[in-house]
This record gives sequence, structure tokens and C-alpha cells, in this order.
Amino acid sequence: MQSSASTADGTVAPVPRLAMHFASLEVQNHAARLGMWLFLATEILLFAGLFVCYGVYRFLFPEAWAACSRSLDLTLGTVNTIVLITSSLTAALAVHYAKEGKNKMVAVQILLTLAMAIGFLVIKYFEYAHKFHIGTLPGRYYFYEGIQLPGAPLYFTVYFCATALHGLHVVIGMIVLGFSMVRALKRGDFGPNNYTQVELGSMYWHLVDLVWIFLFPLLYLV
Amino acid sequence: MTPSSSIASPGAAPAHDEHHDHHPSYLVDGTTIKSWLLTVDHKRIGIMFLFWVLLFFLVGGIFALLIRVELLTPGPTIMDAMTYNRTFTLHGLVMIFLFMIPAIPAVFGNFMLPLMLGAKDVAFPRLNLLSLYIYLGGALLALWGMLNGGLDTGWTFYAPYSTHTTTTVAPVLFGAFIIGFSSIVTGINFIVTVHTMRAPGITWFKMPLFVWAIYATSCIQVLATPVIGLLLVLVTVENLFGFGLFDPARGGDPVLFQHLFWFYSHPAVYIMVLPAFGVMSEIVSAFSRKNIFGYRAVAYSSLGIAFVGFFAWGHHMFVSGQSTFAGGLFGVLSMLVGVFTAIKVFNWVGTVYKGAVDFKTPFAYFCGFLFFTVFGGMTGIGLATTSLDIPWHDTYFVVAHFHFIMVGATIMAFLAALHYWFPKMFGRTYHEGWGLVSAALIILGFNATFIPQFLLGNNGMPRRYYEYPERFQALNVASTAGASLLAFGFLIIAMYLTYALFFGKVAGKNPWRSKGYEWLTESPPPTHNFVGPQPTYPEEPHFYVDPKKAEVPDAV
Repeated sequence: MQSSASTADGTVAPVPRLAMHFASLEVQNHAARLGMWLFLATEILLFAGLFVCYGVYRFLFPEAWAACSRSLDLTLGTVNTIVLITSSLTAALAVHYAKEGKNKMVAVQILLTLAMAIGFLVIKYFEYAHKFHIGTLPGRYYFYEGIQLPGAPLYFTVYFCATALHGLHVVIGMIVLGFSMVRALKRGDFGPNNYTQVELGSMYWHLVDLVWIFLFPLLYLV
Repeated sequence: MTPSSSIASPGAAPAHDEHHDHHPSYLVDGTTIKSWLLTVDHKRIGIMFLFWVLLFFLVGGIFALLIRVELLTPGPTIMDAMTYNRTFTLHGLVMIFLFMIPAIPAVFGNFMLPLMLGAKDVAFPRLNLLSLYIYLGGALLALWGMLNGGLDTGWTFYAPYSTHTTTTVAPVLFGAFIIGFSSIVTGINFIVTVHTMRAPGITWFKMPLFVWAIYATSCIQVLATPVIGLLLVLVTVENLFGFGLFDPARGGDPVLFQHLFWFYSHPAVYIMVLPAFGVMSEIVSAFSRKNIFGYRAVAYSSLGIAFVGFFAWGHHMFVSGQSTFAGGLFGVLSMLVGVFTAIKVFNWVGTVYKGAVDFKTPFAYFCGFLFFTVFGGMTGIGLATTSLDIPWHDTYFVVAHFHFIMVGATIMAFLAALHYWFPKMFGRTYHEGWGLVSAALIILGFNATFIPQFLLGNNGMPRRYYEYPERFQALNVASTAGASLLAFGFLIIAMYLTYALFFGKVAGKNPWRSKGYEWLTESPPPTHNFVGPQPTYPEEPHFYVDPKKAEVPDAV
């Protein structure tokens, strides 16, 4: 383990540790970014399976799909979309401040992001609670009287699987960003040379956002 | 990364003061159990994978033998029908998810890839260690499920049976899902390593062909595994809670399950055989002492197989009720894989042609491999023809076909790689005579096991059946006899390789006088792969003969 001295030129210019097996910092950051992109590709493919299920069953049960889609609360969904897109902005700003070495602002932006993420989950909780109450549930648990079409329980299977998987990703994203926030506050070592961690966390957060941008119109609007 | 710096430090550490510039090999650099279990050295991780992979191969092999013994007689022989179902499921699951898929990439890919690229380690060493433990965690969960109740679905988990059976589906499927994570992590790690860690001088078209093959394999792993990951979770959820996604009684579509399943599981075949092709490209040039014929064609055809492999999954579903058009399309696309494979086969044969063949154990496996690939591949073309697939579908013909191409080719490559790189990994050599004897036994045993199964299938014996009519018995007995020959061959290998591990002759740096990049360092390599300045790479890999000099006419 080599750790480069962080006060080489007197000022606080944090430099990340260069692992011994990399030729240079540039290569190390490039590797980290490439790895993250590949990982995000696998995440998209994970959701792609659910989108395929959605597509197939929508094709098989168009009426049920239309009816069930209308039964969702469009207002809550829209608010959630706005909340999540805004949180993506703050996550991007965190990267911006990390590049400038303003660690406090990094922490603030991430905190805002996390607050919005919690807001998203709270709204989602109310939506879920409502569904549990009226009985628009997946598969054999479906007991809602309002929509009695073949395929309606399947719609809610897809709905719950997709939103639960997305919710899980929200939580993971919160943990990832939370680590960066703690690091920015406690160690304050993000700077022009060392912002990869924030950048990768933010990339992950954009993915969470992106998946929702697909889920929202598919589930709520069409 | 490992705490080895004390060795290079000046005389302060008395334990290591004998020679300052002597760098210990990775095998003895740290001998505590912790130094192995928490290592981030790609070589040690490769060795640990080797240990587990071989253990699971033993488990899967024992269950294979149990299946063959059960099928010795037409009626019940040693177990009841339910146990039989669980046995073949366990055999398939263990062999595919725990042995075939990780075998070559996780063991030899891990060990050789950084050496071949002139890198000190893979791009993400800690992630690499993590992938080992994810693999083990998933494996233990799946095996625990298999032993506590077992699973009778077959390794394909076809819905809606898998969502309704009362056997323990959930832990096994979830275990497989976790193992998939390990596969993804390894794949990402290798792709990034190839992109960012190549030593100066190694351009894309100077990478050894094994690296190309692993690279193509990693692309498949990364692109296909998430889909089956999701599918396994969905089936688990459905089995536990009855969500009805693949249950026709609730409007679900079991054929959708098959599409999603084979979208991964067909490319998974190439996850198993592409690394095998890579190993063979190395070995054929090393033991023919000739530059590989058509380097670029071999490299590109790996990517070609990886690409086309994604569009062939529908050939598993010719009789599932998909449209005739889809059947024809998938048939043609499946045959395209044969074109790319043929490119490789012709290039290998072209390499051997007029080469100075050194008929050592790895080359013996190459010969077996060539036969299994061509034979298995040709039967694959047959099966990709819809009109032929309909009578052969789900018979022993299919079993024999996929054992030939998937198992035969991969086992040949695995054993060839094990013998070829054994001196590199452990610094010792094994007894050549025993190597050739066991290679002959294994190739013979394999043929004796599976050629009767082609005939059985052609005569109409369905796969997975517990009992069969009297007229199939002779061929089944032949097959079981072949299987015991095969097991005997493996036993011999286990014995002489274990012996060589401790008492074998010291190999020296490059016992095969091979031109592969991995032989540029010591055998076994030191912890960070290279001592002193990094080697330079002026030549292409597999550079045995300068073609221009070879062409100088000697009879003028």
C-alpha cells in the first residue's frame, strides 16, 4: 500500500491512495469508472427482465393493464417522480463540489439527496399501504372488487416486483451516498484529484432515477 | 497489496535477512491460514477457486455415477424415483453452476490473465476475493437446500412445476442467484483488467488468445447473468408466495419463463466453452511450436460466438409452441455459431499442420478436445434443424450432445490447462507417462459413456426417465461402463498430480519452452508477478517462427 502524502505542496490537496497494481491515478480512476459503468449495465439488464414481463402481459391483457394503471394514484406518482429527479440534481451537485474540494457542500448536497430519497420512500409507503388496504395485491392475494379482469393480479405482481426492486435500489443508493457523506464530513478529503467515490455513488443514484423514469410512465401513465 | 513489503526492506527484519533480492513465490509468501483466506493476490484466489471447483466436481461426479448405476437396470436399482429426480437435479446444478461456469475463468483466468497482460494484479483485487466468497456462500446455500429436502425440477427449474413443487426450491434458486453475482463480479473485473491493465507494448492484437477468449466470456457473463438473476428471484418469490407470474392458472405464461431462462442459459454454454477454446489456442501453438494460424480470425471468432450466442436461445423451445417462423430463425442463428466455431477449428488444425508436434499430455487433451468439439458441434447442427429436433427433443440424444460439446470440450480444456499450467502454478512437473495414460483413459471413457447415449436417444429413450423398456438396457450398461472408466481416469490424475504437488521435479521457469507471456516470469511467480523491471513485449504471443525467415527457400 502506497499512500501519497497529502500535504506535499503545503496546502490541503488531498490525493487518493494509488494501489500498487495500477500504473497511475488516471488509470485507477478510469478502471473504477469503467467498472461502475459495466455494473450499471448489469443493473439495467436486471430491470430489463421485468420490462419484458411487463411487455408480454400487457400484450396479453390490454384491458386489465389499462384499468389497473388507472387505479394507481397519479398525483403521488408524479410527486415522487419530481422528488427523485430533483434528488438526482443534488447528487450531481455533490460531484461538482467534490471536484472543487468543498467538502461541506458535498455533505449538504448528499444530505438533501438522502432527505428526498426518504421522502420518496415515505410516499411509496403510503401507496403500498393503500394497496394492502383495498386488496390490489399480486397473484393469489388479490381481492380488490373494483377490477375483475383476467390479468389484473398479474399487473400488480409486475407492479410490486418492479417497485420493490426499485425501492431496494433506492435504499442501497442511500447507503452508498451516505458513506461518501460521512467521509466528506469526517475526513474532508475530496478534492480535484479525489472525487471518484462521490462520482460513482452519484452515477448509481442516476441509475436509480433512470429506472424510475421508465417505471413511472409504464406503470402510471399508459 | 499483501503485506510483503518487509522482504524488500533493508536488514531490519531479521527473519528475512538471508537474501535481499530474493522474492519468494506467491505460494510461500505468507503461510498462515489468514494470509490465504484474506489474500487479494489473484494467484492465490485462483488456487482457492481451484480447490473448491475440484471439490464440487467430485460431488457432481459422484452423483453422475449414482445416476449411471441407477440406470443399469430397467427398473429401480439403488434408489427410488424421487431420489433419482433429486440426484440428477443435484448433478446438473453442481456441475453447471459450481463447476463448468467458474472452472476455467475463475481458476485459470484469475491466475493467468494478469500474468499474460503484464499486470501486477486484476483491476479490483478486493472485489476478486469477494467474488470467491459470494460463490462459496451461494454454493453452500444451494447445497444446504439440496441436502435438506432436495429439488426435483432438474437444473432448468421449468415453471410452473418449479413454482408448485413442495421440494425446497427457494434456497437453491436463491443460492444460484448469489452465484450469479459472483459470475458478474468476475466478468466486470476481467473486462476492466483487459481494458486498463495491459502492460506497455501489449496492444489489443498482441494479447494472448486466452485473454481474448476470457474477454469475450466476460462480456457474456455481464450481459446475460442479470436476466437469470431476476428470473430466479421471481421464481423464488412465486414459489414462496404464489404471485402467479409464470402460472397459467393465474394467467401467467410458462413460455415467458423459458424465454428468460434460455436467454441466459444458452449463452451460458459459451461461458463454459469459450474459455476452453482460449486454452486450446494457447496449447495448440505451444505444442506445435508454431505461431497460431490466423490469430485475428481466432480472436474475432470468440467475439462472434459471444455475439451470436445471444440470438440462439429459442432453439431450446422448438416444441414449446413458438411460431414456425421463430423456430426457423432460431435454427439458422444457432447454426451461425457453428460457422464461428469452424473458423477456430480450421485455424487450430492449420496450426498443427507442418508444426513440430510435441505430443505431451496437454496436446493429448487437445486431440480429444478437437474430436468432442467437432462431433458435439455437428450433432448441434442436427439439433438446430427443427425437423430433426422434434424427434430428438428431450431424448438422450440431447443429453449426449450437450455433454459432448459442453462437458467434453470443457473438461478436455480444463485438464489440458491444469497440466499445461501446473508447472507455472506450483513450480513442479508431473509424471508425463501417467499423464498420457490417464488422458487416454478419460477420452476413451468419455466416448464410451456418451456415444451409447446418442444411440439411446436416437432409439427414443427420453431424458430424465427413471425406468425404461428392456430393449434400452444394453446401451445403458455400456454407458455406465464408460462412466466408471472415466472415473478411474480422474482418480489416476488426482493421484499423480497430488504426488507432483509435493514431490514433483522442480520445473524451472519455462519447462515447455513456450512463448506465452505468462512464462516470462518465474514459476511459481512472486507475489506481485514480476521481479525487477517489467518484461517488455516486442513480439506477438505465440511467436514461434518468424514467417518471413521460415519462407527463405533452402533448395535454390
